[in-house]
Amino acid sequence: LGDYANEEEMAVAHGDAVAGAPAEVYRRYLEGGSLGFQQCRDCSSAVFYPRVLCPVCGSTSLEWRTSGGHGMVYATTAVHRRDDEPYNVALVDLEEGFRMMSRVEGVPAEEVSIGLRVRFEVREEDDGPVAVFVPAESAG
Amino acid sequence: MSLRGRAVIVGVAESDLGEIGPGFTPLDLIGQATSRALEDAGLEKADVDGLFSASAYYHMPTLSVGEYLGIRPRYSDATNLGGSSFVSHLFHAAAAIDAGLCEVALIVYGSTQRSAGGRLVSGSETLPYEGPYRPRYPVSMYALAASRHMHEYGTTREQLAEVAVAAREWAKLNPKAFVRDDLSVEEVLDSRMVSSPLSVLDCCLVTDGGGAVLVTSAVRARDLRKPPVYLLGAGEAHWHRNISQMPDLTVSAAAESGPRAYGMAKIGPEDVDVAMLYDAFTINTVLFLEDLGFCRKGEGGAFVSGGRISPGGELAVNTNGGGLSYNHPGMYGLLLLVEATRQIRGECGERQVAGANVTLVHGNGGVLSSQVSAVLGSEETL
Repeated sequence: LGDYANEEEMAVAHGDAVAGAPAEVYRRYLEGGSLGFQQCRDCSSAVFYPRVLCPVCGSTSLEWRTSGGHGMVYATTAVHRRDDEPYNVALVDLEEGFRMMSRVEGVPAEEVSIGLRVRFEVREEDDGPVAVFVPAESAG
Repeated sequence: MSLRGRAVIVGVAESDLGEIGPGFTPLDLIGQATSRALEDAGLEKADVDGLFSASAYYHMPTLSVGEYLGIRPRYSDATNLGGSSFVSHLFHAAAAIDAGLCEVALIVYGSTQRSAGGRLVSGSETLPYEGPYRPRYPVSMYALAASRHMHEYGTTREQLAEVAVAAREWAKLNPKAFVRDDLSVEEVLDSRMVSSPLSVLDCCLVTDGGGAVLVTSAVRARDLRKPPVYLLGAGEAHWHRNISQMPDLTVSAAAESGPRAYGMAKIGPEDVDVAMLYDAFTINTVLFLEDLGFCRKGEGGAFVSGGRISPGGELAVNTNGGGLSYNHPGMYGLLLLVEATRQIRGECGERQVAGANVTLVHGNGGVLSSQVSAVLGSEETL
């Protein structure tokens, strides 16, 4: 059990089923200001979005991890609206080896480019915290 | 044992297309198309014992269709693979007919989405991990794929626009096409941006419409009205549902479904006379030409340029005008089968490709998710 007092504590730390639904655990990470993802203990694949089994090898032994939040834009689009500025939607590849949909802020939507290095931040929105990215060189 | 040549398309029809007007239901359009397809084949409704449909309107589509038409099938398949469903239904119908589970299969689709206010009945069921970012379903997902193709291979917006222009040139030859006026590359580039790099003229139409396809065994087909159009091969593949889960946004699962279909048909892309590729967006045609072996990966942009897929070009692609200019009633896959069959029968009038013996039908569903390929051939290809 290592540093854990009991099996439940270890399971919670590892985000096993007892820790809650995958979407709930992900949200709790965001509420704590972190980007959570899963890693398979059997095949080492990074898993996102969170699940109860590894989509690569089928193992149910998935461990929750905190991403360093460093990534690169893989694909990008600016969604246009009739009466407002366009907003960005992007797919971001994180250094830990998973890809997620998000948006890049801090630059005009049309100027987000593939290959841009970005860094994770949390935004509080009406329905809860949301993971977004900003250009890596920008401070704050 | 291979299904090559075991099943035959014996009847095809469209319902009324375009803008039907208020009050009609998708089932009304299915009724129209079914009646016309039975007439086309020389079959009676009572002959139908297998029923295939998919729908964004009806939760249990074959039950709704069976009741409306008064058909009591002994074999029913409502596989929903988005717009590619109906190419899949042809494949499944061939297997069911070959196994003796039914003899005459009816595949149907109908949609009134234009008359219902232009609202796309969306196949979106948003992941909690994606909803907050408000991608516009489905165009933003295809836009992401286009952005990646442009980045990796230098594909340009002008090349994507060439796809829309070629589709329009074919549509001008098709009296049933919804839009038939002139279109230039510049007009596509200058049209309203929706989700960059895709502008509104990179996107398919929103129309009403439906269709019906009748399939039976090679033996039964001999006594029927029209020249037989054989299913020579078919293949399915899907790797993802949500665009974030697509492994490489420049390679669709058509790279698997195509070779499966070619393998069964014992032909290759060089043998294809007409390619009917599901063009919900201009990037689709580029991706599918590459993934289905008409050119190498990354060369699709050049392949579609200079009128090479227009009438009189190198390869006849989407001869009805495609989802971009003919009709796109929410799910378009059934209408691909209608045109592919008519090309082999030689029924396409001004847009007929001379001596068309082999057509490739390629259906796409979801957000580049489901890919289903089928090869159709005339009697002499057997």
